[in-house]
Amino acid sequence: MPDAALALDIRGLSKRFDRPVVTDLDLAVRAGEFYALLGPNGAGKTTLLRMVAGLLQPEAGSISVFGIDTRADPLAAKSIVAWVSDEPMVYDRLTPLEYLEFVAGLWKMDAHAAEVRARELIGWLGLGPHANARCGGFSKGMLQKVALAGALVHEPRLIILDEPLTGLDAGSARQVKQVLLEKVRQGVTVIMTTHILEVAERMAERIGVINHGRLVAEGTLAELRARIGRETTLEEIFLDLVAETEMAADPAVAAVA
Amino acid sequence: MSFAPATMPWFAAHEARLMWRDAVAMMTGGHRTRRLVLVGVLALAALLLHLMADAIVGPWVAGGVAADKPTLVLVTGIGLLLWTVMLSQALESVTRAYYTRADLDLILSSPASSRQLFAVRTGITAVTTLLLACLLASPVVDALVLRDGPRWLLAYPVLAALSAIGTAIAVLTTLALFRFAGPRRTRLVAQIIAAIVGAGFVIGIQAVAILHFGNMSRFALFADPELVAALPAADSLVWAPARAVLGDVGALAGLAVIGAGVLAATIALASVTFGRHAIAATAVSARHQKQVHGGGRFRPRSQKQQLRVKEWKLLARDPWLLSQTLMQILYLVPPALYLWISYGQSAGTYVVVIPVLVMAAGQLSGGLSWLAISGEDAHDLVVTAPVSPATVLAAKIEAVGTVIVLVFAPIIALMLFASLELAAITAAFALVSSSSATAIQLWFRQPMRRAMFRRRQVASRVSTIAEALSSIFWAGTAVLVAGGQYLVALLPAALAALALFVAWTLSPRGQRV
Repeated sequence: MPDAALALDIRGLSKRFDRPVVTDLDLAVRAGEFYALLGPNGAGKTTLLRMVAGLLQPEAGSISVFGIDTRADPLAAKSIVAWVSDEPMVYDRLTPLEYLEFVAGLWKMDAHAAEVRARELIGWLGLGPHANARCGGFSKGMLQKVALAGALVHEPRLIILDEPLTGLDAGSARQVKQVLLEKVRQGVTVIMTTHILEVAERMAERIGVINHGRLVAEGTLAELRARIGRETTLEEIFLDLVAETEMAADPAVAAVA
Repeated sequence: MSFAPATMPWFAAHEARLMWRDAVAMMTGGHRTRRLVLVGVLALAALLLHLMADAIVGPWVAGGVAADKPTLVLVTGIGLLLWTVMLSQALESVTRAYYTRADLDLILSSPASSRQLFAVRTGITAVTTLLLACLLASPVVDALVLRDGPRWLLAYPVLAALSAIGTAIAVLTTLALFRFAGPRRTRLVAQIIAAIVGAGFVIGIQAVAILHFGNMSRFALFADPELVAALPAADSLVWAPARAVLGDVGALAGLAVIGAGVLAATIALASVTFGRHAIAATAVSARHQKQVHGGGRFRPRSQKQQLRVKEWKLLARDPWLLSQTLMQILYLVPPALYLWISYGQSAGTYVVVIPVLVMAAGQLSGGLSWLAISGEDAHDLVVTAPVSPATVLAAKIEAVGTVIVLVFAPIIALMLFASLELAAITAAFALVSSSSATAIQLWFRQPMRRAMFRRRQVASRVSTIAEALSSIFWAGTAVLVAGGQYLVALLPAALAALALFVAWTLSPRGQRV
């Protein structure tokens, strides 16, 4: 039975394309937690999160969000989840306000409440002067902020972000990080992939490391340090864990080592 | 063969390689095995076109073709029709040379000369325009060569000269637009001008033929004795291109010198400012943020309404789509005009316009359906929203359907005044044709950026061919039904159904969430 106290409960999840991408993966994220998912390129992070968001169908296993099975009742699950990809999903020819009105409509929000929330988010993310300008001329950072506003406008309980800070300048990145931390303070669960390990180190309560489609380590920073037996940075821990799994996966590498 | 880097031949070789690969990818969809099939299909199409052209040209040349005034008028008129298509194509290509960012950033930031690049790209525009003209004219020209002798081969160098002149005019027009309309508006205005030029002359000639002669033939005007008598004498310079086509080498030499000279002078003039204009054009999206007025209150709408409104906003704000739709609507002007002047006459005259309307409905629906169904810029957003895929598709189809109804309803209403039966037949088959094109787009849907609209054929040759075939066969069915030939109408109807069935069986299924 899925645990309703868990924001995300994944059991035995598998997916393959031309090769296995996610293999028999279990993952549990508590409600209100900030969870960072790390892994080298091609480890299966994005595929995993796209399955949670309903963008890909798993071949085996189950995913439940706050106790809702995403395969049995996808619409109920989607109504409480927001997905933000590394490529902002924004229409060039809509303004931020029009975009947020559209998103709010898809999530069946009350129009008045949605407008109030949209204007609040636009102000909060520093998009006020551009609220009525078409997104076509926006920078990557501005587009990412519009996409983030779209993810927040319908008040999701779980926000999934795939590399949300890629290509952002320092100011925009800080704004996005502050918004996410504020949401966690309000009880929202955030799951984020990132290659910027300092961000995971500073923001996440728990960190999961994925490689070759399997969760190879998980825990708080302290727990991960304890696992490798050294007081070191997350970067060192991450590289050690990845090297360890690479050796286990490839006997030739293991022999050389 | 290798050339010194960053020289004109080097740029030309680079551009030619890209064009060749692009063309092959467009035609074969990236499947090597399709090349042989493609060659076979092209050869068959060329043969059929040549046979058709021969059937038309045969009776005309049977009595001998003299370089008299009526012949010069006819050749000039047909040449003008072709030249407007060439000019439209050149305008489209030249605009792309300024606005296509893919490699301009790289080249303009390199120490290579932007003048040389521009000269090469303009030259290539002239060549591609010539290729298009040859493609359209070669069946007729080849038939004339076979029937009336090799003098008609001079038509090809005449086309080359006309292509050079058309390209030069396109470059000068684009420069003038940069100067007076600014880089932000140049692309839209140029696309609209290209659409109007491409369709305008053809439609204008047809409109005159309808109003003056009561039929849809464009050539009726060129053969009108009153018009021929009113035009300049046969030895006038106006007829030099036509005389060149008919074998006058002196006229051809003059035309070639003018064509080459105008193009060279234009390249020399425009290449100086190319880099500046290209930089201005590529900076447009970064600098410009168009303010939308009336960004007021959020309106309470259902999920379907939100999806429909979003589609309508995006369609209305797409300049390229607007110019294409404008061109499609322009092509509906002659049938509408024909309806207007035929008002009150026998129902038989309306049979001419029915296939045009049915085909136009299919083609317009195909384009709009692709944009709404496959051209989804925020695919992830829509898929992750708590709305069922069926609702999303239904809303998008409704959005497209509404646009089609808005375009065709006035013409159908005009038909209603004259014949309820023919209006009903036209409306029914326009609906069937439109639904078929939409269904094909639905079966072959594949999420892509809307900006990929031009390349939608690459995604599936099958869907493109099926869309065209179903429109043509439904148009044939409609005209036969309107003519009361119900049994014969079963044949094109069966072919249309077959085209749809083949498309459905070949469509990718079970791969979508």
